[in-house]
Amino acid sequence: MPAVSMTVNGKAVTGDVEARTLLVQFLRENLRLTGTHVGCDTSQCGACVVHIDGIAAKSCTTLALQCEGSKITTIEGLAEPNGPLHPMQEAFREHHGLQCGFCTPGMIMAALDIVRRRGNDLDERTIREQLDGNICRCTGYHNIVKAIAAGARAMAKGGAAQAAE
Amino acid sequence: MSATGIGAAVRRKEDFRFITGKGQYTDDVIRPGETRAVFVRSPHAHAKIKSIDVSAAKKMPGVADVLTGRELATDKIGNLICGWMIHSKDGSPMKMAPHPALAAEKVCYVGDAVAVVVAATQAQARDAAEKVKVEYEVLPAVVDPARAKSGPQVHDVAPKNTIYEWSLGDVRAVDAAFAAAKHVTKLDIVNNRLVPNAIEPRVALAEYDKGTDQLTLWNTTQNPHVSRLVIAAFVGMAPEHKLRVIAPDVGGGFGSKIFIYPEEVVCLWAARKIGRPVKWTADRSESFISDAHGRDHVTHAELAFDANGKITAMRVKTIANLGGYMSTFSSSIPTYLYATLLSGQYDIPQIYCEVDAVYTNTVPVDAYRGAGRPEAAFVVERLVEVAARQMGIDPADLRRRNFIKSFPHQTPVIMAYDAGDYNASLKKALELADVKGFNKRKREAARHGKLRGIGYSTYIEACGIAPSQAVGSLGCGVGLWESAEVRVNPTGSVEVLTGTHAHGQGHETTFAQLVSERLGIPFENVSIVHGDTDKVQFGMGTYGSRSGAVGMSAIVKALDKIETKAKKVAAHMLEAAEGDIVFKDGKFTVAGTDKSAAWGDVSLNAYIAHKFAGQELEPGLKETSFYDPTNFTFPAGCHICEVEVDRDTGKTEIVSWTAVDDFGTVVNPMIVEGQVHGGIAQGVGQALLENAIYDNDGQLVTGSLMDYSMPHAHDLPSFNVGLTETKAPSNPLGIKGCGEAGAIAAPAAVINAITDAIGTEELSMPATAQAVWSALKRAQPRQAA
Repeated sequence: MPAVSMTVNGKAVTGDVEARTLLVQFLRENLRLTGTHVGCDTSQCGACVVHIDGIAAKSCTTLALQCEGSKITTIEGLAEPNGPLHPMQEAFREHHGLQCGFCTPGMIMAALDIVRRRGNDLDERTIREQLDGNICRCTGYHNIVKAIAAGARAMAKGGAAQAAE
Repeated sequence: MSATGIGAAVRRKEDFRFITGKGQYTDDVIRPGETRAVFVRSPHAHAKIKSIDVSAAKKMPGVADVLTGRELATDKIGNLICGWMIHSKDGSPMKMAPHPALAAEKVCYVGDAVAVVVAATQAQARDAAEKVKVEYEVLPAVVDPARAKSGPQVHDVAPKNTIYEWSLGDVRAVDAAFAAAKHVTKLDIVNNRLVPNAIEPRVALAEYDKGTDQLTLWNTTQNPHVSRLVIAAFVGMAPEHKLRVIAPDVGGGFGSKIFIYPEEVVCLWAARKIGRPVKWTADRSESFISDAHGRDHVTHAELAFDANGKITAMRVKTIANLGGYMSTFSSSIPTYLYATLLSGQYDIPQIYCEVDAVYTNTVPVDAYRGAGRPEAAFVVERLVEVAARQMGIDPADLRRRNFIKSFPHQTPVIMAYDAGDYNASLKKALELADVKGFNKRKREAARHGKLRGIGYSTYIEACGIAPSQAVGSLGCGVGLWESAEVRVNPTGSVEVLTGTHAHGQGHETTFAQLVSERLGIPFENVSIVHGDTDKVQFGMGTYGSRSGAVGMSAIVKALDKIETKAKKVAAHMLEAAEGDIVFKDGKFTVAGTDKSAAWGDVSLNAYIAHKFAGQELEPGLKETSFYDPTNFTFPAGCHICEVEVDRDTGKTEIVSWTAVDDFGTVVNPMIVEGQVHGGIAQGVGQALLENAIYDNDGQLVTGSLMDYSMPHAHDLPSFNVGLTETKAPSNPLGIKGCGEAGAIAAPAAVINAITDAIGTEELSMPATAQAVWSALKRAQPRQAA
């Protein structure tokens, strides 16, 4: 089996994988980072979104071997181990942007990418359009939209450039 | 109201683990030596199994075993069951066909499992599954419920594919009322088949401990105890005390995770046979052909009026598709959870409903958010809206004329509504939605080439699904009470064990709010434990919006006992008579004195037992309650939807949504509003987007998220949500339940709005752009004429 090396949440990791191993399988099964979820098999639901070199990607549609040398950030790596929550995580809690929590890691990672691309002042229409790659079955999106708008604003206030890794 | 008590918008306890990736869903549980299961499923809707050759598959790398239905039968693993007996109007019992966890003789739908491959890794199991050779003799299939009775027979036990022909109500009285009617509105309705699509796919992980002969199942279930009961008592997998079922964090259910499915049975059986843990995780495409679907009714409905626009009778005939086998509660959904709600919010003297349930070669159909009640609300609210238009009466006014205004109210279809104020929710919704300004908005929309419409839905539902005696008399195989155990620790912190289960509803928060307020202790000092049959003795799980009304009421009853016992301890500590002890804000005081003991002192004394003799008062502070309510609860409300339709493309945009609901007591308004939002989204999904479509051969054409249209953020507006309140008299907290309301109310509101916009009633769900455009085209020549 070929070996793959990458940096995940700031730590250098190496593993032997089959060529067909997906990034999400590598994260969940080899590294036991189970915060990244799999909700579908057609790249629709976005529960598996992580950041690859700072850009949101669906880890269910990325081969682990494609990530050789990349910097990966998952939901587990957003906040410092003993530090405060990331403003976007905090906003999801404050605005009840989650119910069952299964889509939430992907939603938060996708939200940060919306901020990266569209800035901190996001209107409702922009957020709704930009969430096209993420499905939530619980919330009706109402509070996710509110959370993302508030999280984006909080990131600007807190100078939380950490969103860009 | 305290900052964390009942009525406070407390932020959720469960969120921290979910927003940091620390949730523990079933697929996140990894057991030493775990193997992976992949099912071989029928590609045919209806076929005889001629042979299954597993020899090549068994030789594949990593394979532990390949098992089929034949071995399942040899090992005497029993069939899955439907637990609610329905009798036909001729008195005969429903025709329940055998449902083996792996089909051995014939397959009844695309996705019916015929073999399981267990291997060291998921990829190895998948590779080996491709080597299993199944020879089928393909039979003609039936998929359309309306044609099921004349289609090829799915099961020998059910001639004409008929499971039951059930009726409710007085047909003669209804026929007489129709004969005397001044106006009759008639509608043909298809309630479209839906796929629940909780974002977490189903997972089963089974482990066998040979040393103790103990089986453990980690499972994505809404009701671990019911699952254990059925798998032990009916499937006969193991005695109940040798089977533990754990439902860890569950990523949404919406009904689809109530049922006992073949996969968990097979994983348990295989784990014991192979001697290693066996995990099965569904792919999404697999979920589409293995999770129970929802709805799928074909209905003809009629509503009779007198000269004053007063409803005199209703007549409904429904064919309900139950799919290839009868799922766990399938029989009850189109009967006692459907026809019993046909009175809506209205005083209707006579109702008659016939329901024929049929087998087809499709995935089994069972409860999906609302379960029968969305189908009923759609029938009632479409009939009333269309009748108003036909009679030239304002739809709000026609509703008002027919509202039930005094309580209790006995409907002709079993239910006795105990409390409500339908005028209040309608009035508030009309104000919040600014219905007075609608005509102006409609004119403005017209200037931009858009057709604007408004639709109401004044829905009702029955929640709690109890008392047990009542549901038992209707054929339910279990009681629908709930249990609670309150354990007070020596230091005063509290664990509550509940038989309900949360899969997004936030019980860890709302239940803790109740305990915090009642005992006057910090919210942080309360933990809620659920989802493990080794921890919680028994419980009925979560569905039917029952956890607040029934589950929290059980906690109240247990807390009452805790207070009684704690007062006895305090009386000894304070050397006072028990009757003189007053408990308030977490403090025990001797009435009329300044002598008091804090909560933590009393809990400690209960355990150290130094101040009282063990013969007169048992040490410890732990109480249990099994609570059975006195009636169903009846949440109700008014939803108003405004749409704009593009006349050139048929595309509908929901431009505003107003919901005013009466849920009785609201424990946490933030969580309740979230439940309303999510319910509306699923209802809008049904009305505008979602449809499980089978072709004539029984292939599910919409078998993935590429083909089945789930609501996205850009399909929905923000929602304007309000509340009215009448307390539920049937439980001590006055809670009615809020989990399903949106999904029940929404479809009729959307379709009423679109049909108002386009000026024709001939529109089925889902009202896709193509469907609306076609309806407009069909209507135009007539309108021109």
